[in-house]
Amino acid sequence: MLRIDCPCCGVRDHSEFRYGGDATAERPAHDNPDLDAWYHYVYVRANPKGLHREFWQHVLGCRQWLVVERDTVTHSIHSVSFSRRRRA
Amino acid sequence: MSRYSVFSLLRHAATGNRGWQRAWRAASPKASYDVVIIGGGGHGLATAFYLAENHGVRNVAVLEKGYIGGGNVGRNTTVIRSNYLLDGNTQFYEFSMKLWEGMSAALNFNVMFSQRGQLVTAHSADQLDTFTHRANVMRSNGIDAEILDRDSVRKLVPYLDFSDTARFPIHGAIFQGRAGTARHDAVAWGYARAASGHGVDIIEGCEVTDFVRQGDRIVGVETTRGRIGAGRVGLAVAGHTSVLAQKAGLELPIESHLLQAFVTEPVKPLVDHVVAYGADHFYLSQSDKGGLVFGGNLDGYNSYSQRGNTGVLREVCEAAIALMPNISRLRLLRHWGGIMDMTPDASPIISLTPVDGLYLNGGWCYGGFKATPASGWCFAEMLATGETPALVRGYGLGRFRSGHMIDEAGAGPFAWLQ
Ligand SMILES: Cc1cc2nc3c(=O)[nH]c(=O)nc-3n(C[C@H](O)[C@H](O)[C@H](O)COP(=O)(O)OP(=O)(O)OC[C@H]3O[C@@H](n4cnc5c(N)ncnc54)[C@H](O)[C@@H]3O)c2cc1C
Ligand SMILES: [Zn+2]
Repeated sequence: MLRIDCPCCGVRDHSEFRYGGDATAERPAHDNPDLDAWYHYVYVRANPKGLHREFWQHVLGCRQWLVVERDTVTHSIHSVSFSRRRRA
Repeated sequence: MSRYSVFSLLRHAATGNRGWQRAWRAASPKASYDVVIIGGGGHGLATAFYLAENHGVRNVAVLEKGYIGGGNVGRNTTVIRSNYLLDGNTQFYEFSMKLWEGMSAALNFNVMFSQRGQLVTAHSADQLDTFTHRANVMRSNGIDAEILDRDSVRKLVPYLDFSDTARFPIHGAIFQGRAGTARHDAVAWGYARAASGHGVDIIEGCEVTDFVRQGDRIVGVETTRGRIGAGRVGLAVAGHTSVLAQKAGLELPIESHLLQAFVTEPVKPLVDHVVAYGADHFYLSQSDKGGLVFGGNLDGYNSYSQRGNTGVLREVCEAAIALMPNISRLRLLRHWGGIMDMTPDASPIISLTPVDGLYLNGGWCYGGFKATPASGWCFAEMLATGETPALVRGYGLGRFRSGHMIDEAGAGPFAWLQ
């Protein structure tokens, strides 16, 4: 069982969360006509063996989307932060 | 290589079973080969065998970082079926089924293929309708399929929960009589032995760490046992496809995820078929030793560790008891995990690649055991000819760009939902 330290709720079992996949994929601008950019965003994954930045949503808690840095071999969690970006 | 037969059994029995030879030669790497296959799982070994058998290409090496049968080929729950709905899959998996039916004879090795039949239970009228659609597609492709009503299911598998309190009452089922199971590591051993008999070098304890290039072309591999030259390189490394492809400069539509399997203590014969639960992701069969073998969902997040977590263990046991209350007191003996390449449409990738000299066989998700012979057959043809065989034209890397996905689960581009 992974234990994720939610910045709102504290340490919780990962069964309270929903996995959201790779957090490094950059969404192209909405009006970007470049098919290659969309292909990469939707399908291509680095899939590292080691540190992975990924989304988790705390569905059974505060419902925030988080970015978790986790090692895909050891499952040790290196950092947890909110995924929303601050407006400048 | 001496053939196995009743007479060889008797002869060895009479001489105290001291004369048995190794099933395959322990080979050391040569300087170069016409074809190097990375990954000594079922798919890699089958590819080597068919390269020699069907195409006469015998200067072949299979490089395996661990030991033969230590990967997913020896970790799966052994279910073999060809009840696929979508074009591309339907024909490919049926071709595979036909190869399974002749495999023990073709390899002179008993892979214990047991066509005990598989049924998937339906828990609503709508689900039974979609199963009927699937059965019709199968039958129009010449594949056996039956739709069973509730009473017929009850006759076949009376031990499921048919009570008034069942959480998801059984409405019927789809049944494929030719589906079944096989002894999974025997498949690896059988292909290894037959390929070795044709002169293929099977090299265990040999990890590929990088590729050797000449200009844009891949001409060999670096391994923990030195550099090995190759006319063509075939990649068949199950859950580690991304790791090696990255070394060749390829980024793929693949995520590695973990799937667990479970086995109970042995009991007397109880489950004659493979039974899959249509209300949840759960299925089981009984092994020849008597243990109930079952599986369920992925752990659900990227993972390269071959061990699972207890959340899924609990879900799977809940599903098991919902389907079959009479096993609630059985003890679980073991559970283990395997890493799989999950693709965004749950279909495999057998493909030429943009890298000259490199050929790809991966993305099997958690259904690749049943594909072993057909995958090897087609990949061998691809490696021998440099062309894409008709049967796997739908499995090319280009399908994600062109939108021609074969999305059997209909879960969209989310690998962990497939
Ligand atoms: C728990 C579980 C249940 C499953 N149940 C079923 C089922 O019921 N039915 C079904 O059809 N499928 C099932 N599958 C899927 C099936 O097992 C796989 O899709 C299939 O076996 C993968 O192909 P393979 O046999 O070649 O893989 P593997 O046996 O994993 O072969 C790949 C090999 O590559 C080697 N390798 C990796 N990296 C390197 C390197 N750098 N150098 C050299 N060698 C390397 C590995 O050591 C490994 O031996 C299941 C899988 C799991 C884990
Ligand atoms: Zn929270």
